Order: sequence, then C-alpha cells, then structure tokens
Amino acid sequence: MSQAKRKIYIGQVIAEGLIRASGFSAIAFVLLIFAFLAREGVPAFWEVRPDVLLGARWYPTEGHFGLWPLILGSILVTLGAAVLAMPTGLLTAVFIAEVAPRWLREIVKPMIEVVAGIPSVVLGFLGMLMLSPLVRQVFNAPTGLTAFTGSLVLAYMALPTIISVAEDALDSVPRSYRDAALALGATKWQTIWRVTVPAARSGILTAMMLGIGRAIGETMAVMMVTGNAARIPLTLDSLMRPVRTMTATVAAEMGEVAQGSTHFHVLFAVGIVLFVITLLVNVLASLAIFRQTRRSERLLS
Amino acid sequence: MSRELVQRIGFGFLTLVTALVVLPIMLVVGYIVVQGAPAISWEFLSQMPRGGMREGGIWPAIVGTLWLTAGTAVFAVPLGVAMAVYLAEYASDNTFTRLVRLSIINLAGIPSVVYGLFGLGLFVLFLRFGSSILAGALTLSIMTLPVIISTSEEALRVVPQAFRTVSVSLGGTKWQTISRIILPQALPGILTGIILGLERAAGETAPILFTVAAFFLPRLPQSVFDQTMALPYHLFVISTQVPGMPIKIQYGTALVLLVFVLSMNLLAAGLRSYYRRRRQW
Repeated sequence: MSQAKRKIYIGQVIAEGLIRASGFSAIAFVLLIFAFLAREGVPAFWEVRPDVLLGARWYPTEGHFGLWPLILGSILVTLGAAVLAMPTGLLTAVFIAEVAPRWLREIVKPMIEVVAGIPSVVLGFLGMLMLSPLVRQVFNAPTGLTAFTGSLVLAYMALPTIISVAEDALDSVPRSYRDAALALGATKWQTIWRVTVPAARSGILTAMMLGIGRAIGETMAVMMVTGNAARIPLTLDSLMRPVRTMTATVAAEMGEVAQGSTHFHVLFAVGIVLFVITLLVNVLASLAIFRQTRRSERLLS
Repeated sequence: MSRELVQRIGFGFLTLVTALVVLPIMLVVGYIVVQGAPAISWEFLSQMPRGGMREGGIWPAIVGTLWLTAGTAVFAVPLGVAMAVYLAEYASDNTFTRLVRLSIINLAGIPSVVYGLFGLGLFVLFLRFGSSILAGALTLSIMTLPVIISTSEEALRVVPQAFRTVSVSLGGTKWQTISRIILPQALPGILTGIILGLERAAGETAPILFTVAAFFLPRLPQSVFDQTMALPYHLFVISTQVPGMPIKIQYGTALVLLVFVLSMNLLAAGLRSYYRRRRQW
C-alpha cells in the first residue's frame, strides 16, 4: 500500500469507528441522564420518610414534601389537554390527509409546523395575558390562572405532534384500500371512518401517546398559566382552580434551594418520577410503532 | 339523512375544526407583531437593560441566545449527523439497533426541565463547569440530538440505492461512498434538520434555567465559562418576576424571540422546498 493510500485507509477506519461509537452514545445519554437524576434524587428517599413523600401537603419550607398534589396536578392538566387535543388533532389530521385539496394542505401544514416552533415561554406569556382573562370572564372564576387554562395551552402545544404523526399514519395507508372501499360504493366519508382510520389506528395511537408525553413534560407555559397552588385537585371544580404540576414545581423552586439540601434532593426525585413516566409513555408509543411496521411488512410479503 | 348529506356535514365539521386549530396561530403571531412592533427600535435591540430592566434594551439577552445556539451547534451537529449516518448506513436490524432507536425516542420525550436537572447534576455540579454557557450549550445539545438525528436519517434514506450501488461498483469503499456521494446528496435535508433542532434549542427555557441563565447581567459574556442572559428566560423573567414591567417591553421581547425562532423555521422550510424542486432524482 502506498503512503497516500494508507492515510486514506486510516482516516476511513477512524471515521467509521467514530460513527459506530456515536450509535452507542444515544444509549449512553439515556443512562447518563438517569444516573445523574438518581445520584441527586435517590437520597431524598431516605432523607424524607415515605409517609411524608406520599402525604397530601407540599410545603417544603416546613418539611412537608408530599408529592400527591404535584402528581395529581400534572395528571389533571394533562388529562384535560388530552381530552381537548386528541379528537381535535385526529379530526385535523383526517382533514389534511383525506379531505383538503392539495393547495390547502400546502398552507395548513406549514402553519401547524409554526405552532411546533413557537417557544413555550411565548405561548405561556400569551396564555397569561390573553387567555387567562378570558377564562376568568367566561367561567366567572376568581382567577384565570387555572388547571383548565393550563389544559388549553397544553392541548395547543400537543396538537402539532398529534397532527403530524397521525397524518403520517393516514398517509401510509395504501391507496388500494381506499379504492376498494370506494369501488364497493362507500362514500368518501364512510371510507375514511370505516377503512382508512381503522387501518392507521396503531399510528394514530402512537400520535396520541407522543402528544400526551409532550403535554406531561411541558414546563414553562404550564408554570405561567396554572397559578401554581399546591393543593390536591380531586373535586370537580378543581379544573377552575389553580394547580401545580411536577414540572412547574421543579422549574420554580430549583433556583432557590440550597444545593444538597433535602428540598434539592426531593426536586431531583420529582425529576426521576417525570423521567420514568415519560419513559413509559414513549416505550408504549414506540411499541405501537413497531407493531405497525411489522404488520405492513407482513402485508407486503 | 342521505349518505351524501352526512358526508357534506362531516366535511364541513372537519373544515371547521381545522380552522379552529389554524386561526389561533395567525392570531398569536399577529397579536405579538402588532403589540411588539412599537417597542422595537435600534436602542431596544442594541443596548443594555437599565432601571431594573424596565428601560433600555435587550442586547445581552440576544447575544446570550446567539452564544447558546452556536454552542449547541458545535456539539450537536457532528454527533447528530454521525448518529444519523450510523443508523441509515451501518446499523443492521438487530436488538442493539432497536435499543439505540428506543433511546433516541426517549431522548426526544424527556421533559425539558428534566434536561435542566440533568445538566445541573452533570455539567454544573459534577464536572464543575458552574453555571456557564458551556454547561447550558451541552445540555441543549443533548436535548436537540433527536431532532437532528431523525431528520438527517430521513434525508440519508431518500438518497436512491442506485447511487450506492454505482459508487461501490466503481471501486469506491463504503466510507468513500458515504462521504463523497451520500452525504453531499443528503446535505439539504440534513441542514433542514440542523436548523429545526437549533430552533428548538434557541427557544427553550427550562433546560437553561439552572445551567446558564442569569436573571440580570448587563454585560456580554467573555468566554464559555460565563453566565449569560438569554431571550426566552428574559421573557419569562420580565413577564412574571418583575413588578411594574412596561407591557411594551414584554411584547417587544416576545416579538424578537418569535422573529428569531420563526425565521429559522422559514429558512428550513425554504431550503427544503428549494432543493426538493431542484433535485434531479
């Protein structure tokens, strides 16, 4: 081998080695994130008694680290967002994929991408200034900074994810399915709901899961519009009262706690809870993805 | 009710729902432009904040966001593109690859505030970078990776298989094929992904809360070990933490941030459609 050739060869080996190593780094990052959450968060579980952690009061300055108000707050706001965003997202995806003429699709799709691009702090800012006064007036509530306001903003933030993934799923349903249904005399409307949507259901499910995952983890907008009162939201009128989510708690309090204090460790523990929840949601969502590819492979073979 | 009528009503309903989704976007962007435009002046863009941030400009926040975005690019672009090349060209369909993909999906799903905690734990405290641009940019990089990877992988995969076959049949090695044929062909798509990733990094607040962002720091960062102000965090601060803040400055800051982020969005979209039209295959 000539010198020049050997140089190329060595460069090639190094480049390919780096690329293969980069594949590992994705796994390494997830492990690293968990390790460092655990490093700072696990001490919370022996510094604070379990019955305190499972208590109903979050009042860190007096040693009350009950996580229930935060967990239920997150669940309430996310459920509200899911109820609003799932049907809306599916219907919009159906409109874009099945009904809209091409020119309209070219306008609507980029606009929905714009929503995905708007920083959450900007949406929170507007939610605070525009949406919350509206909510207060319409529902005659004492404050507009409520769980419901949070759900509205979150639903809007989850929509781009839901719409684009669901639309993808609808798009990948083979043309022949629709043709067959139409040839049998079904209307377009019947074809959509009895053939296309059922055929795309696993992708649509993935879309819903990813949208919910996005909603649970959203931080800034939620912190700015939900009022941040740590109380257990179990009664029906909780939607119209302020709540406090896990994400907002971490974001709001981490800046003010002493490093290494119990409060500091508990906030990392909240991070662990969030990490585990989103991990589960995403694993479930991706299982749905794999199911779909397998089915399509079977159909093609 | 006839089937045709059902269909007509149904389609009408779908149109209505879509309009309800799309119209607020225009409302949001339009409202910020209208309310924020009066605040925009050369002074606002180029001066330090004064009088407890209630006067003066937002220059250090703009510079800080530029530093963070550039820093994120330095770390996330090479790694993200390498991962995409690995997944598109090298990875075989086995358990390991599925694990890598699952990890990437998970990275995409981890809440931004959890990235903030991770950055605090690893970069700020464990590696002793302190609250600094370096720590913030590293945190943002890891958060940005999934976007860059998935878009770049898609761009690599749409390069026709024939290109690879021809290159190898002419005696090119796998690496030569990738570096001289596939990557240049996929470059526009990869650039789109990079811009979309950086757009996300530029607009995020939660990951920089505990890793770099300064509440009020009326000077420019001198090195990557300095703290800095940043536009998203600045907007959060002036809209929630500072009493008596003039509303004009709040909307002005929101507008600058929105323009910054959406122009990246437009750039990516324009790039994509330009190259899609010019593409020969």
